[in-house]
Amino acid sequence: MIKGKFIDNLPKVYGIYTGGFIGFIILMAIGEQMGMTAKAIGIAFVAFTIFIYALIGYLSRTAQADAYYVAGRQVPTVFNGMATAADWMSGASFVAMAGGIYFKGYGYMALLVGWTGGYILVATLLAPYLRKFGCYTVPDFIGTRYGGNLARLLAVIVLTVASFTYVTAQINATGTIASVALDIDFKYAVYVGLISILLCSMLGGMRAVTWTQVAQYIVLIIAYLLPIFWISNKMGAGFFPHFMLADEVARIGELEAQFGFVKNSAADLATVPKGLAGITKAHSAVNATPWAFISLALAMMMGTASLPHVMMRYFTTPSVKAARKSVGWSLFFIFLLYSSAPMLATLSKLSLIDPTLSTGIIGKSFAEVQSIDWYQNWNQANLMFISDFNGNGTLELNEFFMGGKAVVLATPEIAGLPYVISGLVAAGGMAAAMSTADGLILAIANAISHDIYYKMIDPRAETAKRLLVARILLVVIGFAGATIAAMKIQGILGSVIWAFDFAMSGLFFPLVLGVWWKRANRQGAIAGMALGLASSIWYLVWVRTGGSGFLGITQLTFGIFGAAVSFVAMVVVSLMTAEPDKATQKMVDEVRIPSGRSVTGK
Amino acid sequence: MSNATKHWEKTRSLLFITLAIWFVFSIGIFLFGAEMNEVTGPFGYPWTYWFTCQGSLGIFVILIFWFANRQEKIDEEFGFNERGDD
Repeated sequence: MIKGKFIDNLPKVYGIYTGGFIGFIILMAIGEQMGMTAKAIGIAFVAFTIFIYALIGYLSRTAQADAYYVAGRQVPTVFNGMATAADWMSGASFVAMAGGIYFKGYGYMALLVGWTGGYILVATLLAPYLRKFGCYTVPDFIGTRYGGNLARLLAVIVLTVASFTYVTAQINATGTIASVALDIDFKYAVYVGLISILLCSMLGGMRAVTWTQVAQYIVLIIAYLLPIFWISNKMGAGFFPHFMLADEVARIGELEAQFGFVKNSAADLATVPKGLAGITKAHSAVNATPWAFISLALAMMMGTASLPHVMMRYFTTPSVKAARKSVGWSLFFIFLLYSSAPMLATLSKLSLIDPTLSTGIIGKSFAEVQSIDWYQNWNQANLMFISDFNGNGTLELNEFFMGGKAVVLATPEIAGLPYVISGLVAAGGMAAAMSTADGLILAIANAISHDIYYKMIDPRAETAKRLLVARILLVVIGFAGATIAAMKIQGILGSVIWAFDFAMSGLFFPLVLGVWWKRANRQGAIAGMALGLASSIWYLVWVRTGGSGFLGITQLTFGIFGAAVSFVAMVVVSLMTAEPDKATQKMVDEVRIPSGRSVTGK
Repeated sequence: MSNATKHWEKTRSLLFITLAIWFVFSIGIFLFGAEMNEVTGPFGYPWTYWFTCQGSLGIFVILIFWFANRQEKIDEEFGFNERGDD
């Protein structure tokens, strides 16, 4: 009764929410003018937004399996698009991507193409069909389509490996932001991040995550776009940066030619703190071989179509038709941020390196740079570093180092924007990382509670007991993720890319062929998942331990190898064994028809 | 041929068309990344740079909506359209 009303009132509810958030930003801006400290503003932004998400999470609490697992299957297309965009855009997209483009230029812009192009595969190959199927989780589809507990179990394993790799990166991101904004040690900050994440999902499962994700999308998109427009206008680069930065892009090219990319000696580089990098690649020139670019884009596209936390968002739409449209809306909302990331990288880089701008630091004396407030702050946070390698007293391009995260988090300060914008960006980064972490932890906990506990161990368990198990798993997985995140094994962007590679190695072909190839059978799917995942892990270990790799497949694109093995194994084994029984074939036929009841009858 | 088979055939050809367009703008054009970047494109950006930042991304958004509409038409043609939703 209240729920139905809530769904009808969504535009109004989120309209008021957006207005309230903008009001809060203005309030903070006034506070800053009246002498509120930078630290207080940072804390206020992060604490206020987390409180709102937790409140939404609490209001969405539920005791029904349908609401907990698939938000009652009644999320309207546009709102599901926003929720998916928040679910999708993680700490990697918000905090790390502009940084990757800033440092690596064209080579990393493959991520922009890969992380959007994948949605074509989602829309055409999978989402509508899995929605018609009517399952609760992705392994639920594998388990029902192919039959048998082994296939189901393998799907859960692939899901867990990929999602868990991904989630540690997100908890790492929340920890980084919380430690900078709240000024606490990273070791404790990861747990602050984790508790905020769990507050959103614990009580209401998918329903709570859906409505907090919409709220988080609104915060993160405002936080990403506002500084870009502001800096662009302040710099006089154009009031609509996306259409007007061509001169700035060209100017960076000129400056690069003027400064040159001086290679630092290994001994000099050894003095630079771990994780920081200098600009070593051209900004807009094509500096990667076609295959390096295409293979990264391809791996990310196939990975997109295999990641369960994205796929399960389309289980929440009211119909198959709505699922398709919803993919379009998701990509539209993602496009708003992704098309802005290169603009941010451009503005950030030009602010720093152009000696004719007041914000530029290249060519200034070391003493001068060291006396800048923002330099001191970010140097203290271990995200910025300068060193006079050639001893001439002025800062050269190759003597300035920055952490990838700093490009987004520090640019407002560097460009001389008021601190309220930095606080807003911190809240946005937090929203991006939290929303993705919630989706991921939920995907893992749901798969284990639904597919392993309910379907395999105790099929007669009551709803209350199932949901209790799901919630306990949520907490356990969250803490395991936070503990590993605290060890800082791999950077944010690196871990996320690995997650895509794992997912595509194990799940892409079993999912796609499950719909598009009637002949695919249980034995084939088992071989595809097991060999795909195993070979990808083998390749990664091999390359990481000094192996040369082949065909130009690197530790960022090893999923291409895994998926190829998975495809061959699945086709060969399927053809060698008996075709699936009549009931399964009929099930596939039914999945292909968009109307009518879902295949599982729910 | 049954209704469902015909529906599936049309669905499949729509898939191939969509994937062909997808292939061109996600992989095809980047085979010529270096050559294409020499030429000035929309808003004064070099072509390859523009495609990676905006062009391909925008085309993907439009492509999904176009695909969804075409698929709905196919579903309606064979009477598989759903009623009672948005």
